Amino acid sequence: MSDETMTKEKLQDDIGVAAVSDGNAAIAGLRAKFGAQVLESHEGLDCPVVTLARECIADACHYLKNEHAFEQVMDICGVDMLEMPDWPQESPRFEVVYNLLSVAQNKRIRLKVGANQRDLVDSVTEVWSTANWFEREAFDMYGIIFNHHPDLRRLLTDYGFEGHPLRKDFPLTGRVEMFFDEAQWRCVYRPNALEERVLIDRTWPGVDRG
Amino acid sequence: MAEIKNYTLNFGPQHPHAHGVLRLVLELDGEVVEKADPHIGLLHRGTEKLFEYKTYLQNVPYFDRFDYVSMMANEHAYALGVEKMLGIEAPERAQYIRTMFAELTRILNHCMWLGAVALDIGAMTVFLYCFREREDIFDFYEEVSGARMHAAYFRPGGVSKDMPDGLLEKIKSFTERFPGLVAEYEALLTENRIWKQRNVDIAVVDKEAALDWGFTGPMIRGSGIAWDLRKTQPYDAYDKVDFEIPVGVTGDCYDRYLVRVEEMLEANKIIAQCVAWLENHPGPVKVDDYKFTSPKRAEMKGDMEALIHHFKYFQEGYHVPKGEVYQAVEHPKGEFAVYIVSDGSNKPYRMKVRAPGFAHIEALDYMCRGHMVADVVAILGTQDIVFGEVDR
Repeated sequence: MSDETMTKEKLQDDIGVAAVSDGNAAIAGLRAKFGAQVLESHEGLDCPVVTLARECIADACHYLKNEHAFEQVMDICGVDMLEMPDWPQESPRFEVVYNLLSVAQNKRIRLKVGANQRDLVDSVTEVWSTANWFEREAFDMYGIIFNHHPDLRRLLTDYGFEGHPLRKDFPLTGRVEMFFDEAQWRCVYRPNALEERVLIDRTWPGVDRG
Repeated sequence: MAEIKNYTLNFGPQHPHAHGVLRLVLELDGEVVEKADPHIGLLHRGTEKLFEYKTYLQNVPYFDRFDYVSMMANEHAYALGVEKMLGIEAPERAQYIRTMFAELTRILNHCMWLGAVALDIGAMTVFLYCFREREDIFDFYEEVSGARMHAAYFRPGGVSKDMPDGLLEKIKSFTERFPGLVAEYEALLTENRIWKQRNVDIAVVDKEAALDWGFTGPMIRGSGIAWDLRKTQPYDAYDKVDFEIPVGVTGDCYDRYLVRVEEMLEANKIIAQCVAWLENHPGPVKVDDYKFTSPKRAEMKGDMEALIHHFKYFQEGYHVPKGEVYQAVEHPKGEFAVYIVSDGSNKPYRMKVRAPGFAHIEALDYMCRGHMVADVVAILGTQDIVFGEVDR
């Protein structure tokens, strides 16, 4: 055993956390329990990634928390795949990404489910209380609807805001601007007249840019 | 008997103890909090949308503006995440510089926190003491990056430039002075009767609740769980330096205070070790690949290749391979992470920032229930909330 791994193990022993082991036990367990509902899994750059069928996400989270000690959900976010190159037409437009952390085993795992605009994704608030706001944020930003969520309100945008700002078809400059109206003596919204500027184009390697 | 109705109190958004812009709707039964509903988003700037329209290099300064009291710690997560996607690693000297400045940032953050919380609870002097030390660290920031707060110093591939001569001696003398200064804060607070009355047994969070509510950093360690990404998932030079993780026992506000004070001293130890290493190990501070870093000014003047690289680096930027990564660091407030999705172009396809304060303020309702109105300020303080990162 090299010196480097020795120190690493020692460091981890100091505070009673096990060394990083493979995350495949969780994937094997998911496959055994959910079968064909595990659509795809691979080892990502940082941790294992599992794509699940939308229907089983709440059950899968319960299972991972109770059987595989993923006590914490670190992050839940939406991704809009509308402009992703080579994204299959028939695949759902949105992805909901769950980054889970196991403090006891020092492991991470990433779950993904697909959802279209009117699809319901089961809320995992019952599994982890902290999921509440992360789901509210995903609803606010992308309009992904979470089923059985206790309090699905907008979170970050203004009271009465319309639209879902992180969707790819929402303009960067927004649709309205706010100003103070002297006559009414209050702040009001009006459609904005800003033009969108692109200073640096989005480029891909090897694509001819003329 | 007369009908008694709960009283609803609107706390903020312009309340001096709301730590920025928090609108908190409190439902009160007499003076006891029955329910707290934080309305966040008053500082929402749509940074995640802006990311998608900027190149990877242009995105660096946005990270300073998330948690604007621990600037470099935010950049750290981003720099590491992009490096992981590109498959490059910063040179060892850059790793030590980043570790050192990340720890200086931890002191910067905890000083701000301690001063602000003490002020909230009524101790004016601590605030002045803490800001005296913050001033020193701002000077280090200025020397190394030119900016006192929004440094944009950690870049994917290393740091923007090497430290100027003489800075290490200044940092060294700071590390020698600092334990004595922490003793000054502790003399004012640790055994102070009022401080204890306001903090001991306030907002007790047990281990299960801390995990359930997604607590990280000093919040989870205050509840007795020894979880620290610097030890468990080490990055940069953290596996080469020696430090301890302070852990609380009861999980109340007072424990979290003790944990943070102890963390300042541990951070100071790490800085001293980094200074000792950096003094004897000169070397490059960014990767030797002009695709990911800018060429030297002198080379640019004479070499056509270098000029092209410079132009490409600052205009088009570099292409990041298609994929995704979730990179977390032990930020002074907890687990700060970026989730980057790349489509192979020079701009991120989607970038999500996981802010520790976001999960903590969500638990405000849980922590406040059954406490008095006056405790809300202490609880908000103990969570170390900064709205730059909560609202993004």
